[in-house]
Amino acid sequence: MAELEYQIDDSVDITDVVCPTTFVKAKVALEELDDGQILAVKMNDGEPVQNVPRSIKEEGHQILKLLDNKDGTFTLIVKKVGD
Amino acid sequence: MAVDYAALKKGGFMRQKQKNNFSLRLRVVGGNVSAVQLAKIAEVAEKYGDGHVHLTSRQSVEIPFIKLEQIDEVKAALGEGGVEPGVCGPRVRTITACQGEAICPSGCIDTYSLAKELDTRYFAKELPHKFKFGITGCQNNCLKAEENDLGIKGGIKVKWRESACIGCGVCEKACRTNAITIADGKISLDESKCNYCGRCVKSCPTEAWDTTHGYIVSFGGIFGNSISKGETVIPFIEDKEKLLAICDATLAFFAENAKPGERFKFTLDRVGREKFAEKILEVYNG
Ligand code: HEM
Ligand code: SF4
Ligand code: SF4
Ligand code: SF4
Repeated sequence: MAELEYQIDDSVDITDVVCPTTFVKAKVALEELDDGQILAVKMNDGEPVQNVPRSIKEEGHQILKLLDNKDGTFTLIVKKVGD
Repeated sequence: MAVDYAALKKGGFMRQKQKNNFSLRLRVVGGNVSAVQLAKIAEVAEKYGDGHVHLTSRQSVEIPFIKLEQIDEVKAALGEGGVEPGVCGPRVRTITACQGEAICPSGCIDTYSLAKELDTRYFAKELPHKFKFGITGCQNNCLKAEENDLGIKGGIKVKWRESACIGCGVCEKACRTNAITIADGKISLDESKCNYCGRCVKSCPTEAWDTTHGYIVSFGGIFGNSISKGETVIPFIEDKEKLLAICDATLAFFAENAKPGERFKFTLDRVGREKFAEKILEVYNG
């Protein structure tokens, strides 16, 4: 497999909210960005990391990487796609 | 007038505690009712019932307080809106289904199409006792497949396609059974842990998985006076023709082996699950 290169433009922390607000907060942060920009989304292990990546994919954005921060949180790297 | 309650029941008319009043059960398939049907049902409930309907626990609609002498009129009126009476008694009952793949993002199979197909195949088929089919689209099991005499659960069999994988790591976390581990840029899938939920492929940004949509079938569920969940006896079924052959064989086994008035679970208990498993495995492998 080929890993993708990226440069983070903005980040959002959704570890302070629970589902379904997790996804809503990430979605709002993505709306602030321009097409092609990269957002880092920090989320908790469990429900958020099981579900938020998929919700973002279903919104049409491109997921590049999920990083394990080894502290019970993960950071999802997302490239914004269109509107 | 002598009332043939058995014939009425066969036609979906359920005797109420109020004398000469019947709750008319309607034919609903897979929990879907069109707006035209709903409008007609509302009209009939207003005109011939007492202005309300009851939604049954198995996705049917009943119109209570139908008068015995108006039964033919009511049937004709419902017919204008494409609504038919349902069934009760010792036969194949309403085929229930969740919304499935056509509507629900989690769906692994088209539950409604399958419900229609089973309804066409088995509607009101006479058997030693009632027989319930339920179809749920995925492991979330919104339709509670194992409550049914024959429960069908949609699933996706997955195989990693390395060439399309970007190594993002999302699938490893999306999988709730820890079937996926990623090491040195390679994914390994522990098939003994996989429950065919499809969450990996649905969350994968590049859909780097080959998929086979199919069915997990459970047998002998009952959820009334006795409670027992249906059990699987065969592996994942990969094609619909095989699924239908297995449904046919199950109903044939029930018809052949059950005593009158005996639910499928008790037939299995009495005759032996091994005997049934043997029959069904024959069809599965055939
Ligand atoms: C991004 C947002 C959301 C995600 C990722 C999400 C995810 C899920 C998942 C995966 C399930 C199945 C759980 C299971 O069976 O194990 C579920 C069930 C459910 N969700 Fe959500 N959900 C979200 C938003 C919402 C919202 C906004 C509501 C209602 C306001 C809601 C209400 C429910 C309910 C009632 C169930 C059924 C629970 C059950 O029957 O056990 N969800 N959700
Ligand atoms: S069982 Fe699965 S496919 Fe069916 S409604 Fe529930 S989540 Fe959707
Ligand atoms: S289908 Fe479900 S259980 Fe199987 S590997 Fe994918 S996510 Fe895990
Ligand atoms: S989610 Fe898809 S792209 Fe990401 S690691 Fe899993 S298979 Fe590879």
